[in-house]
Amino acid sequence: MNKNKDRYLSIILISPSILAVLIFVYGFIGWSIRVSLSDWKGLNPNYTWAGSKNYLALFSDPRFHVDIRNTLIFTGVFVIGSIVLGFILAVMLDQGLKGEGIFRSIFLFPMAISYIVTGVVWRWLMNPAEGSRMSGLNLLFDSLNLDFLVNRWHTTPIWGMAAIAIAAIWQMSGYTMALYLAGLRAIPHELREAARIDGASEFQIYRRIILPLLTPISLSALIILGHMSLKVFDLIIAIAGKQLPLDVPAIYMWQTTFDGLFYSRGAAIGILLLISVAVLIIPYIRYTLKAED
Amino acid sequence: MLKNLKLQKKHGLYIPLIGMAIFYLLPMYVMLATGFKSFAEVDLKTMWNLPQGIAFDNYIEAYAKLAPSLWSSAKMVVPAALISSMLGSLNGFILAKWKFKGADIIFPLILFGMFIPYQSILIPFVQFMNAVGLTGIPGLIIAHVIYGIPITTLTFRNYYASLPQELLEAAKIDGADMLGIYRHILLPISMPSFVVVLIWQFTSAWNDFLFAVILTSNTDWPVTVALNNMAGSQIISWNVQMAGSLLAALPTLLVYILLGRYFLRGLLAGSLKG
Repeated sequence: MNKNKDRYLSIILISPSILAVLIFVYGFIGWSIRVSLSDWKGLNPNYTWAGSKNYLALFSDPRFHVDIRNTLIFTGVFVIGSIVLGFILAVMLDQGLKGEGIFRSIFLFPMAISYIVTGVVWRWLMNPAEGSRMSGLNLLFDSLNLDFLVNRWHTTPIWGMAAIAIAAIWQMSGYTMALYLAGLRAIPHELREAARIDGASEFQIYRRIILPLLTPISLSALIILGHMSLKVFDLIIAIAGKQLPLDVPAIYMWQTTFDGLFYSRGAAIGILLLISVAVLIIPYIRYTLKAED
Repeated sequence: MLKNLKLQKKHGLYIPLIGMAIFYLLPMYVMLATGFKSFAEVDLKTMWNLPQGIAFDNYIEAYAKLAPSLWSSAKMVVPAALISSMLGSLNGFILAKWKFKGADIIFPLILFGMFIPYQSILIPFVQFMNAVGLTGIPGLIIAHVIYGIPITTLTFRNYYASLPQELLEAAKIDGADMLGIYRHILLPISMPSFVVVLIWQFTSAWNDFLFAVILTSNTDWPVTVALNNMAGSQIISWNVQMAGSLLAALPTLLVYILLGRYFLRGLLAGSLKG
């Protein structure tokens, strides 16, 4: 009797949250899919059925091709950069040096800052102006006689996205460092000792024992960072505004929907983004929850 | 002898570590150094030089421009973080300790909501919020509370699931009902999780740009939107933008400096690794 009362009460207490998620996540996704299959262009909703028209138009849209290329470049540089840098930092910090806490805090603090702040500051650090108007990192390189490093940053043709990814690495590599550090701390010391006694070099220990043990963490980092890079928006806006060479799906979606009022096209971009994120995240959630049981 | 050699080798690590620390602090240095220069001293060509004295010109000007939006952000972030953490605690408790039928299906469904690109719900969201008249700061609070349900529920669920079941059984034998157990047993020991979730929601709401730009207008812009507009304008010079960036980053930076340990735990929870 009492148990039943508690059961009902718990369902009543949790249902507003479940309902909110069902509506605001799943209901709205369904609604977006419907919009993406319509002909809605203009301020007033128009749900005339248009089938896959918007999706097909995107697949043959040169701007969308640029978006895909940019996303691939950004994802590659950002994900690989953050994982490699994060791993190296974690290994260095795992050696039990004095002042480890200070270094950890320094590597991690950019995580507390918004993409907008990061973008505004990096916009000036990556100022591409040349000659007497040179400033930012280019000026620093120039005065340190590192001229070969002077470059046009995000205004570089095709590879400009890689410069945006550098700012993103600055912001997020502390996060992979924290993931790896937690993983390294969980590896028992006896394992390394045993390998050392067997005559393994430090490099071999990392290569053959530690790295394989950290595979689940590398996978998490890959998926979390990968899905973040599909969504990148604020950072680009703050560094470069909305310009075609640095366009990504999230910015295209924004412009075509809210500036161009082409709602059905914008919804289609949103759904394509969702599908690409879901391909990464759904297996990840299933795997994580299974590992928990 | 061998130990000494090893120690020396380890000390060599300070060189790359300090090098990396400089890389991470470089943007911070420019923000701070530029902020403290006088208007007369500011020049892109000398942006790496230390300020010759301590001036507040840039901060005063940036604050004059950003003050209303800093307040908008504060008014939005505090209720959003408080409501989020209370909801998350209740949800986490129910999901962890009072498994009902279907909980195993509901939980992953909630979790997925944490990762979706908001572009996929943005059009219905705007239509809906406009239709019910929930725009501006109240609308933003609701957005952060609802889209924060997954992460806050997850953090609390993991914490409550780690507590021994005997704790509850003993209370049940003593005749406590569900709410009694929650209020008198779990809530008092939930403080660390509350701090984690409060910080997480505070930071993500303060740093949010997408919902802010869509729900607010120039009368109630949060600071991310105001700062971005400032950076995009041709009239406001770069030095004021730098000072403004620091003002916009200061609240979350202070939270990080004071409560970094809890911040890290939220971070790990966000990757389902709590």
